[in-house]
This record gives sequence, C-alpha cells and structure tokens, in this order.
Amino acid sequence: GQSATRPPQPPAPIEKLLIANRGEIACRIMKTAKRLGVRTVAVYSDADAESLHVKSADEAVRIGPAQARLSYLNGSAIVDVAIRTGAQAIHPGYGFLSESAQFAQLCEDTGVTFIGPPASAIRDMGDKSASKKIMGRAGVPLVPGYHGDEQDIDFMKSEADKIGYPVLIKPTHGGGGKGMRIVHSPNEFAEALLGAKREAAASFGVDTILLEKYITRPRHVEVQVFGDKHGNILYLYERDCSIQRRHQKIIEEAPAPNVSGDFRVHLGEAAVSAAKAVNYYNAGTVEFIVDTTSGQFYFMEMNTRLQVEHPVTEMIVGQDLVEWQISVANGEALPISQSEVPLLGHAFEARIYAENVPKGFLPATGVLHHYQPVPTTSNVRVETGVKQGDTVSMHYDPMIAKLVVWGENRAAALVKLKDSLSKFQVAGLPTNLDFLAKLANHQAFEDGNLETHFIERFKDDLFIDPAHSILAEETYNDAKHCAALVAACICKKEHCSLQDTTTGGNALHSIWYANPPFRVNHHVKRMMELEWIMEYESSSLKLLKLSITYQRNGNYLVEMGEENDSASLEVKVTYLGGHDFRVEADGISKLVSLAVYHQERSEHIHIWSGLKRHHYKHKVGIELFDSGDEAQHRQNFEAASHSPGTVVAPMAGLVVKVLVKDGTKVEEGQPVLVLEAMKMEHVVKAPSTGYVRGLHVAAGQQVPDSSVLFSIKDDKYK
Amino acid sequence: SSISPGRWDLISALQRRGLCLAVLPDGVDRQSEAYARNSEAMDALISHLHSHIHKVLGGGGPEAVKRNRSRDKLLPRERIDRLIDPGSSFLELSQLAGHELYEDPLPSAGIVTGIGPVHGRLCMFMANDPTVKGGTYFPITVKKHLRAQEIAAQCRLPCIYLVDSGGAFLPKQAEVFPDKDNFGRIFYNQAVMSSEGIPQIALVLGSCTAGGAYIPAMADESVMVKGNGTIFLAGPPLVKAATGEEVSAEDLGGATVHCKTSGVSDYFAQDELHGLALGRNIIKNLHMAAKYETMSGLPNVKAEVKEPLYDVKELRSIAPTDHKQAFDVRSVIARIADGSEFDEFKKLYGTTLVTGFARIYGQPVGIIGNNGILFNESALKGAHFIELCSQRNIPLVFLQNITGFMVGSRSEANGIAKSGAKMVMAVSCAKVPKVTIIVGGSFGAGNYAMCGRAYSPNFMFLWPNARISVMGGAQAAGVLAQIEKANKKKQGVQWTKEEEEAFKGKVVEAYEREGNSYYSTARLWDDGVIDPVDTRRVLGHCLSAASMNRAPQDTKYGVFRM
Repeated sequence: GQSATRPPQPPAPIEKLLIANRGEIACRIMKTAKRLGVRTVAVYSDADAESLHVKSADEAVRIGPAQARLSYLNGSAIVDVAIRTGAQAIHPGYGFLSESAQFAQLCEDTGVTFIGPPASAIRDMGDKSASKKIMGRAGVPLVPGYHGDEQDIDFMKSEADKIGYPVLIKPTHGGGGKGMRIVHSPNEFAEALLGAKREAAASFGVDTILLEKYITRPRHVEVQVFGDKHGNILYLYERDCSIQRRHQKIIEEAPAPNVSGDFRVHLGEAAVSAAKAVNYYNAGTVEFIVDTTSGQFYFMEMNTRLQVEHPVTEMIVGQDLVEWQISVANGEALPISQSEVPLLGHAFEARIYAENVPKGFLPATGVLHHYQPVPTTSNVRVETGVKQGDTVSMHYDPMIAKLVVWGENRAAALVKLKDSLSKFQVAGLPTNLDFLAKLANHQAFEDGNLETHFIERFKDDLFIDPAHSILAEETYNDAKHCAALVAACICKKEHCSLQDTTTGGNALHSIWYANPPFRVNHHVKRMMELEWIMEYESSSLKLLKLSITYQRNGNYLVEMGEENDSASLEVKVTYLGGHDFRVEADGISKLVSLAVYHQERSEHIHIWSGLKRHHYKHKVGIELFDSGDEAQHRQNFEAASHSPGTVVAPMAGLVVKVLVKDGTKVEEGQPVLVLEAMKMEHVVKAPSTGYVRGLHVAAGQQVPDSSVLFSIKDDKYK
Repeated sequence: SSISPGRWDLISALQRRGLCLAVLPDGVDRQSEAYARNSEAMDALISHLHSHIHKVLGGGGPEAVKRNRSRDKLLPRERIDRLIDPGSSFLELSQLAGHELYEDPLPSAGIVTGIGPVHGRLCMFMANDPTVKGGTYFPITVKKHLRAQEIAAQCRLPCIYLVDSGGAFLPKQAEVFPDKDNFGRIFYNQAVMSSEGIPQIALVLGSCTAGGAYIPAMADESVMVKGNGTIFLAGPPLVKAATGEEVSAEDLGGATVHCKTSGVSDYFAQDELHGLALGRNIIKNLHMAAKYETMSGLPNVKAEVKEPLYDVKELRSIAPTDHKQAFDVRSVIARIADGSEFDEFKKLYGTTLVTGFARIYGQPVGIIGNNGILFNESALKGAHFIELCSQRNIPLVFLQNITGFMVGSRSEANGIAKSGAKMVMAVSCAKVPKVTIIVGGSFGAGNYAMCGRAYSPNFMFLWPNARISVMGGAQAAGVLAQIEKANKKKQGVQWTKEEEEAFKGKVVEAYEREGNSYYSTARLWDDGVIDPVDTRRVLGHCLSAASMNRAPQDTKYGVFRM
C-alpha cells in the first residue's frame, strides 16, 4: 500500500545486491554483478551452507533450515538481511519469491529495490484467470476456456464439456507445470481435478483451477520482453520451448525454428501489447501456444521474472539481461530501441537434471561424485550452481546445470550442442544427459519439427526397448568395447599412481612397479568383472568378464567372453592426467575420460568415449567389510533383493497421502499412497492384486529412496 | 638394427675424445653363421622352456582347477596377484621344481613361491597349490618351501603363507618328516624369523591339517576364511577313529571356532577375497622401519637409469650350444649394465676372468664373468675384486661360464689350489648381496669360486643352455674308463674297444642328463631357469630384494693361504 511514510527511490545506483535465490541462477546473477562492480550478498539455508552460490558471493547470510518454506520463501527474513548488510536491492532470480507480489510489495515498503516488475504487474499476471481477462481486453488472442471463480466440480465439468475434450486443467496460480492435468474423456475429469487442486494447494497455497482447450499439436513459443520505468517496452524475439517432459522444458532455443519474419513481428508485438496492458517494466516473458496445424497463436501466461532459459535470448541479441535488469532498476532507460535489437545466429539451451529417465523422469537425488562440465568458450556457456562432491538433495529443484551453445545458424548450433552434451561429464547420480543427446540427435529435432508432445510422439526412438531392438544390441556391443577400454585405462592408471606413491625416486626399487609388471617366463593376466549398468533399463545389469594380459610392449590385450565366443582387443593407453586418457585400439586413437567413485560398497566407473558414455560397476574383491559381523553382512546382502510383492519408494520424498489401510485388499494398479518430491506427486500403486501388508508410513513422513513402503501378499494374515 | 647409426656416431665420437671409455662395444656379429646358429638353438630351448612353464601354470590340470573354482577358491598365482600391489611385479622362484622328479607330475612342486611388493614392502610368498596332490608336501615341496624361507631370512622379507594343504605326503613320509631339512624345519624357521623380527603371516584359505596346522599357529598373525579354511591336528576321520566323536570339518576347526573360541586365528574372513584383503591390511600395518634404523641397506646413488645401448634380445644369440666354444662375456655385460657402461678392473691381468664396476637400474654392482679357464692370475684377480666390493658394500653379480681351474704340472707347481682357495675364501665370506647367473657351463671347482649354490648366493638363476656338473661328460668318461680298464686288467679281463666306447657313452649320457638345466632346477639346485632376455630384469629384482630390508654388514675373512 501507498502511504505518506513511504521512503523515496534510492537516489544512487545499486552498489550492493542481495540475491534471494540459490543454485545456478544465484551464481549467474553474481557473475554480472561482479563484472559491474556491484557487491553481492548470498542467502542460504542449512542445506546450502557449503554450496557454490555461497562461496561465490562477497557476503553470505544464513536464513533458515533446509525447507524452502522456512528459508528461500521467507520474505521478511530475506528483507532483514538486505537491510542488515546494506544491500540496496534484491534480485529474486526465478522460482521461490520471484513472482510473489507480496514480496515485491514488502521490498517496496521497506525501501529495498526489487529487481523485477512492479508488484501490481506481478499481481495482475499471477492470477491466470485475471490475466486472461486483461489480455482479452488488450486484444491479445486467447485459447478458448473457462477462467471463472465458480469452482464447483459439476459446474467445472459442464464447462469442460462445453470447451470439448481434450481439456487442460491448470491451477490459476503458480507455474512450471505443477498441478497440470490433461483430461481426454469426461469420466476422468473429477479425479484429475481433485489431484490438481491438491498439488496446487501444496505448491502455491491456492487451489483455484482454470480450464482450457487442449491443443493437440501445440508449440510452446514465448517472447522475451523488456521494459524500463520510462514506458519503453521492447521484445527480444522469441524462444521455442516445446521440448518438454512432465510439462517442464528441457531444451529451449532462440529464435524459434521454421517461423517467418512476419510471424515473428506479430508475435513480438502481441507480447509488447500484453506487457503494456499491465504497465510492465524489467524482464518478462509472454508465453504463447502455437497451433502447428492452423498456425494460430494464443496467449497462455506471462512470467513476470527472468526465466531459466533467458541465456538463449542473450546469445542471439548479444546482451546481458541481468545487466539490463539492474540498469532498469536504477531507473535508466533501455540502451537500445526495437529497431536496434540484433538477431544474431541461433542458440540452444539444454537443462541437465538429476533425474531418472526410465522411471518416468522422476527427480533423483545423490552425490555428484564426478562433475566435469564441458569447457566454456565464447560460444559455449555453462550455468551451474554445483561443484564436484555436492549433493543434489530432495529439498530443491534437481537441475544440475544449463548448457547454452551458440552458432551462426541453427545447424551449426546443433552440431555444437551435440558435441558439448557428449563431453559434459556427470557421474554419481542418474541424469538426463543421455536423453538430451538422443533428443538432439533426432531427425525431427534436427528438422525443427517441434511440438510439446515431441517426446511422447517419438518415444520409440528416444527410449530403447531392451527386449528386441537393434539399438539395444548396438549399445551393448559398444558397452563391451568401452569395457575393454575401461579395463586398459584402469590398469594404466593404477600403474601410474603406484609408481608415484611408493618408490620415492629409487630406480632400483621402482623396478617392482615397471610397466608391464614382470613375471618369470610368462605374462601377467588379470581378470576383471564389470557389470554394465543399462541406464535405459534401470536396475538391470549385464556382467562382462574381461581378462587383461599385460603385453611386453606395455599394451594391454583385453579378452572377453567365453571360449567359443571370445573377442580380443589390444589397447595402448597414455595417461594424460586427471580423468583423461588417450587410447589406441583397432587402429583408432582417441581421447576418453574416466570417472571412478565408490558408492554403497562397490566401485563405479563411467567412461566417456566420443558420443558414447557407459556406466559400470566394478566387482572388486579387495574391499574390506566394516566388520566380521556375519549378521550385518547378510543384512546388507538381503537389502539388495526384496521378496516378491515388496514395493519400495521410487525416490526419496514426502508421503502426502496414504489411501488405504494396512491389511486392505487391493486390485492391481490401485493407488496405495502418494509421494511428493520436488513438489511433484507420484502415486505408488499396488503391483498385483492382494492384501497390503507392512504399510506403516503415514502422511507427512519423509521416506528415503528405495526404502520398503509395503508389500502385497496373497494372504491377509500370514 | 639394435642401435641407430646416429647413436653409433655419438659413441665413437665420445670414445675418440676419451670421454666414454666405459661404454662396451657391441661385441656381436649379426652377420655371422654362429649368430644364426646360436639364435636358432636358443629359440628352440626357449620354446621348450615356455611349454614347460605353460604346463605348470595350469596347476593340477583342468579337472582339479574346476573343482577348486567350485569352492570359490583361486589358484595360488591368482591369490598372489591379488595380494601384491595391483599391477606390480612378482619374482617367482623355482617354477620347474619337481619337473620329472616323481612318477606323477608335480607342477611347481605343488607350491608357488616368490617375491612381490605389498603396500610397497617386499614380501616372500609361499602358496600351496591345492590342485596338485591336494597341496601335500613331497620332499621337493619341503625343499622349495625351506628355500623360500631361507631367502626370506637372508633378505629379511616378511613371509606370507597361503595355506591350503593336506600336510605331508604320507607315502613318502620317510623323506619328508624326520631329517633336519624336512617338514619340521618350516616351523623352526618361522619361530627363528619371528624372533628376528621378520613378520610371519598365515592366510588359511583351505585345509591346514596335522603338521600344517602349525603354520598358522606359529604365525604372528593369521587370517581364516569361513567355509574353506580349516585348522586341526587331526581331521574328522582320524578323530572318529581315535575317540569316536563325529564332527564336521567346519565345527572341528573352521574359521568360527578358531576366531571366536580357540584363538588359533586372528582375523575372520567372509570369503577368500576378503581374506586376501585382510592379508594386505596386515602388511600395511607392519611398521618395520621403527625396528630397523637402516632400511634399504644400499642407498641408491642414481635415480635416472640408462637402458643398455644394445638390444637385450641379442642375449639369445650369444651363448653357443657347444660349451667348447668360447664367447666374450663382455657382450653379455653390455646387455645387462646401465648404458652398457662397464669400468673394467685389471683388464690386462688374468684375462680369463673379467671383473669391473657397472650399474644395474642405478645400483652400483661388481660384475665377475668368465672368459675361459681360471688360471692363477685370474683367481687372484677375482679374490682381489671381491675384497674391493665387500669393502665398499657393492653387490656382486657372477656370470658363470666356467670349465674349471687350469690343471697340469705347471699350474699345480704355481699353487693353483692356493689361488683358487683364496677366491673361494673371498666368495664365501663376502657379506654383500650376491647373485649368480649361469650363462653357459659350470664345472668343477670353477662353480665354487664363481659362487655356486653351495656358496649361498642370495639368488641363482640359469639360462636354459646351462650345464652343471663336477666335470664335462667326456672328461668324466675318460677318467672312469681308465679306472675301469685298470680294474679289468687286474682281473685279467680283456676290454674291447666297443665295450669301452659303450661304457664311455653311458657315462656321457648320464652327465648329459644330470648336467641339464631342467635336471638342476627340478631339484632346486638353483632358483629357476630364465629366458636370457630377462637377465637384466631378474638381476634388478634380485638386487632390490636382497638390499631393500637389509642394512650393510661387515665382512670378515678367514685365513688366506699366502
């Protein structure tokens, strides 16, 4: 509210900036701030005390425990920190408080500059039903739908029937696909609506829902707009964000492919009208849905913040949007006019997530045992908020990094994207890197035939069917070849590290660590057992038995398979230091990288070789158990293999609802409980018909990954 | 092909300026007929050697190996490979012990012994092969085990016993059990070495019955593997016979009993790999440096090592198969010494013995090699050189190719026996590491003066062409025929020329057989037969093993007959 005591706008430009966020976006904002000489203040929760954004800031202040609600969403605590540290402004990043009108208002009220639009614009655009009304008045095209206050189920259903199926159910508040449902037939409507309301309530505290016509082959195209406090608004062209899974973007690009210049101007001007309708300033994004069949575009929503994918726009207009945000907040006018906005080449962004692709893209948690992003150049940007050894926890978004590449044109940028994806090394937890690579290599993607159902439409190409597929066979053969390289590299590395550590410069005694190792009248032969972990079919392993003979010339002869079906490969290895090796086999010399780490008592090995990456578990004998205690040994053994009918947590998360009581008879596929992780609901269903046994978890309880939730037994009591 | 023309120019240029006096010339004529003949003969010998080795590496044969695998047990060499530092070297000893010694084959005498590093510390391994006669001890098995312990004691190497044995081979108990250097000596050695601070570690990976039970019991620390490892003085059948008690092997003497109740063993292993890992850990926790002030008794001066200038493969083409043909031992030295550099001592005196200083993997050594019969002068030169080296704590390398000391009236009158005795005295008393390689013949007292088996070199290896006997076969046949002829004459029996030739032929044949390198190595008269190509590397490993844990010792000589 306005009042007489309201302090005046800061007369001087911002010299110290608080970033009310974490992860990559906090780090990215600090980069620009540093370049401009603006000092930075980080805020952090207990879970982030050691994280990169804390280390990158000039000052850092703890604001609360791990739960976002008590830390990154605690607006008053954050404003207090700003006042205490003398920061004149707060940048909210994306997510968390970035689209909270109350927070923007709080900042305004306390005299701290909120780097973003006016609170009123956030409020106008935050309510999706209200925003559509405003847009309708401003003449921006809208998708047919229901945006009313009346939320009665039967009434809503009749509205849905009016629009015609398929119908999209969507919370009026929030974003990022949370709480969204598509309903294909009238009888699915009620259940979907209730689920959406529950998720919306959990995520945004408001459970009002809107309905929209669901467009079958839509593209998601959004326009970056930018305004200053002098009434100027520009559009910085569009981004195509159609490649989505779970209604969340994973590959974005700018400009949108297969779009005419006229369309681009129409779209941009529509976006500017939308922004003008709410007196917008600072960075914003107007999202449109483009019907690929009709070529029509409709307004979806406006995001009143800097978006995750803003770097692709930066790459094609050659501007730093965070710098623009700061100067707009300082009251300066935009540095260029619409006609001066350049359109340079093409850019892609790929979002690298910790997630379990074969398990339906479930968010994953774990330790980044190995983390080596692709080296950055003027054409390759990596925005990341983590470093090797960090934990991706269940508390926040599981995004590890954004890979942004630029090229003279789309084809050139795509070449760069594929190459960079293949060189981006993450090990220790499941990621979507392989999947991103498959997307980038898909013909339809190459052709720019994008639509939001892209993944669903091409699922046969993108997911390997392990049963009978030439692709599976090829992958297996490649895994075998790479296993041979792994074996040779491990032998080489072992040799190098031993010689470094044990001999202390004594040439005579170092003879025991010569390469190849000496044997009287024979060669050393060594067995190695690698279990290939097929990432596309989680929990499935293939055992590869290798025998490695140390040749007199220092090469390794790797043999694999049984007597009648054995293959051998002679490998020459040069260790280049760090994780890198040059290997020569079959007349081809190439660079490979290896990551080795220990997890749950076994050694994991990852190899990156050309476009391929593989993951193996090394069966090592030389590894001590904690004690000679037999019972514990057995327990550890048994934990790995559960009796049939046992249901384990597919991920670490919070139990939000238990739908049946212990001992209840359930049908196969019947929902038993609902888990939530990273604000995403996951229904745990009965794997077979029978009685629920051992169900002891309750709503509100946190469960670790793979913990036993319950089991289904044929018998009620035994 | 062994050396680039550029390198040659450099060497000759340096020699012209007198800067590179030490570099030995090549000494091998690759175009000669002898070169081709020698290569061919040696190649045949080596392929023979490899086929023998291939056989013993298979242990007791595919069936026994399969049975062993089915019990989750590794073969002895695989066990050792997992105990030594990953990817490190292993100097195996007497691989062909027991070769054609008994009616049935006894590959590697049923026990694998050798030296390898564990956490950077050299250890002696003694691993029973359960696939060979159940790992039981034949007389040669005992001898091989004792030889390994002897080396361990001499070089102060921690001993790791990988026990998987049924104990003494009962049908041969008379040759295994009672004598001084029989089965009991194993435990005596364990006790004495332990008292000297040489760690004794036993890993019980299989059965360990009767006398064998004392190996872990006498050890400083021992590990037992659940299920496979058993220790008892008497197995279940004998217990039943003696007391009527019926008990399973596991309950009688399994890992649980001995780790939890009896205290015979210290570490409980879930399986064999766990047991081997525990074994590595025991060695990691040794702290021998605390006990001995001077480890690594031969501080190495050089860290940079120059490989020999000439192709070591040519060592296969130097030694003639006909022992009557001489070769210059310097061409061997040129292929084992660092940079082929050799500073010869007393080059012009007593030329049938070559003595001089060189380095092997940076380690200074004194090399003594034969270039013919030992004369007075050569023996005196040898004694002098040995004294020099022991005074300076320089290890000695003997390259034996010796037909003996010079005989005849002139030689005796000059006191060849006295001169030879001086060299034997010097060899016997020198307290420096000594390694002997027999590169050709080893006959008569020459074997003694050149540090033969009886002179306890730390290590002794043979090339496949080596011959060891008191004298040559032909000479022996001549001597024996003369005596036989005299005897027959006394009895008034006529000996025809044919009978004499047949008699001589038999003697020659026996000498031929018994002088063979395999005959020697089967009986443990040496520590193994090696490919000449490996000579330098074997010497390096031997010198390292002999010096790493041992402080320099003072040499004291007896009375030299002047």
